[in-house]
Amino acid sequence: MAVVSVIEAVREAIREEMRRDSNVFVLGEDVGQRGGVFLATQGLLEEFGGERVIDTPLAEAAIMGIALGAAYRGMRPIPEVQFSDFVWPAVNQLIGEAARVCYGTHGSLNVPMVVRIPYGGGIRGGLFHSQNVEAMFFHTPGLKVIAPATPFDAKGLLKSAIRDNNPVISLEHKKTYRLVRGEVPEDEYTLPIGKADIKRPGESITTVSYGLMLHYCLEAAEQVSQEGIDVEVVDLRTLKPLDKETVVESVKKTGRLLIVHEDNITGGVGAEVAAVAAAEAFEFLDAPIARLCGPDVPTMPFAETLESAYMPSTETVAVALRNLAAY
Amino acid sequence: MARPRSTPTKKPPTKRPAGAKPVQDSAAGLPGGLTTDDLVDYYKKMVMVRLVDERIWALNRQGKVPIAASCQGHEAAQLGSLLAAEKDGNCFLFPYYRDLAVKMSAGLTAEQVMLSFMGKEGEPYSNARQFPLQGADLPNKVIQISNVVAAGLTQSVGYALACTMLGDHTVVLVYFGDGASSQGETHEAMNFAGVHRLPVIFICENNGYAISVPQRRQMNLDDLASRAAGYGFPGFVVDGMDLVQCYEATHHAISHARQQGPVLLEMKVDRFMPHTTDDDDRRYRPKGEVEEARKRDPVVTMAEDLVHRGIITRKQVEEIAALALREVDAATDAADAASPPGASSLHEMVYVP
Ligand SMILES: Cc1ncc(C[n+]2csc(CCOP(=O)(O)OP(=O)(O)O)c2C)c(N)n1
Ligand SMILES: [Mg+2]
Repeated sequence: MAVVSVIEAVREAIREEMRRDSNVFVLGEDVGQRGGVFLATQGLLEEFGGERVIDTPLAEAAIMGIALGAAYRGMRPIPEVQFSDFVWPAVNQLIGEAARVCYGTHGSLNVPMVVRIPYGGGIRGGLFHSQNVEAMFFHTPGLKVIAPATPFDAKGLLKSAIRDNNPVISLEHKKTYRLVRGEVPEDEYTLPIGKADIKRPGESITTVSYGLMLHYCLEAAEQVSQEGIDVEVVDLRTLKPLDKETVVESVKKTGRLLIVHEDNITGGVGAEVAAVAAAEAFEFLDAPIARLCGPDVPTMPFAETLESAYMPSTETVAVALRNLAAY
Repeated sequence: MARPRSTPTKKPPTKRPAGAKPVQDSAAGLPGGLTTDDLVDYYKKMVMVRLVDERIWALNRQGKVPIAASCQGHEAAQLGSLLAAEKDGNCFLFPYYRDLAVKMSAGLTAEQVMLSFMGKEGEPYSNARQFPLQGADLPNKVIQISNVVAAGLTQSVGYALACTMLGDHTVVLVYFGDGASSQGETHEAMNFAGVHRLPVIFICENNGYAISVPQRRQMNLDDLASRAAGYGFPGFVVDGMDLVQCYEATHHAISHARQQGPVLLEMKVDRFMPHTTDDDDRRYRPKGEVEEARKRDPVVTMAEDLVHRGIITRKQVEEIAALALREVDAATDAADAASPPGASSLHEMVYVP
């Protein structure tokens, strides 16, 4: 097994699927000659040519509308949004249109498209290069949302997303792109969309997280394990459809739940996870459900002090775990 | 406030393709490829659409149709362009909500249309999940996903891009209003189509109003067609009240689009009815404006033209209307008797497998 970074896993997934299916194509700003600003599409132009790796004009609504139209004709577009912060001009095409195509045609049309969106903070990106945009997509029936945290999951889920016949939003945490490395099998594999993964089994507290925060949860779990707190770390991997079963089963076992995400706390994915746990594992809870999330300010600011004050960290996760264990 | 009504600044090319010959005497003056049979056929479609349109409005007032946007006044533009598309045989349509004549004449029966307006089971576009005739009618090569003006423009360009990638020579016709032309996505769609020289015909049905806002408050231009220059492709002003001119402009645009890329056709039309059944246009339209516009009612002028050319008689004009009325009556009754979709279907098709 080769050890690769998240960005390499993403690139390999796209490359393999483009080789497998000639209807798969990539479009976006700077995805061709430059290979994308994060190099997710590096080398694809050389291998597949300008027809299938399209450098578009700088216009997100068009990128998404064009991807949709091509999908109506049976293509499998992979539009890239350069940074999550720039998805807003395309939101009508995604939430207004793409999510409603299948329902609004009673299934005569569908949208096999994967929208790749690098997102998230902790990289000194400030208000317009750090945003968490998942809550909006998570709220929207008709979309699927994946948010992998490791190279193995990124590759397997992205390949499944490309083969999926519904619009899938692929949220790729920018900070994990090069920071997180891991083993990826040489052989072809895919992972099921909608299945969470227990990244660390444990008995006394469940953490539920995704993306960059998953790694902070794993590190914090390691820290507190020396204090006798045995944490089970659930990685959602897919936000929508939410794998309620894995969350509920874990909470029933541990009786304690800490939800961690960097997105704003109010109306975030964690609110739904908490509601599900409260409704379906109420009798098993030994403590109030805890959430450690980004505060309700618009995105993590640029200054180092302010960004750190915004972001959950291994240390703040560990504190939250100790508090929950002590309840 | 009278709308600025300009004379066409540019005319679409009218050259007859080499080798095409005039059809018959009565067809003298008809553009290449057009026969008198086509005209009669499309006149019948126009009469049918007008009767359906009027019936729908009446059914709204009876509480049986929740909402409708009338195409009255737009029929010549819609049917002239559709005739060119039908004759070409390899066109795909992205109409908007006012395009009853396009959608119906593309292949629906009067009954299917009535089912759609009444929100009944079996309605072809969305099985009654959407506003009438909104969704997709793939057998007749039509897609209109939403009401959001201009959202279909970028999608139509993407469809054309895919057709080009697959090498199937389809030409895409996308329809929109003058109001939609102010949307950013109209610009984005035209720009992308221009860059890639995609086979798309942008058909603006300019009726001079976006609900109540007149053209002079929407754009500092007389002719929207002139915007095409900014995207590097040709634009033409067309008399949208004349079916033959709309046919001819679209016919030439189709071959241009297939060989060289996009064309913008601005079809100047008039809206005879309020914006929708929920609107009261007396609040904003100058007195007498609609009456004046109706003097060029395409249903009347086309009948006059056909009679004048000796293609049909006045008696036939009456027979065509009577026949259509019987069909509309039967369609209304059938749709009225049909059931709406069962409530249990609410959860179907949020996703496909
Ligand atoms: C994005 C968006 N904003 C507002 C509306 C509400 N609306 C529906 S039709 C319309 C006017 C459109 O005018 P035009 O494009 O000229 O078409 P027409 O109705 O005149 O045929 C408006 C404002 C809408 N459907 N979509
Ligand atoms: Mg208008």
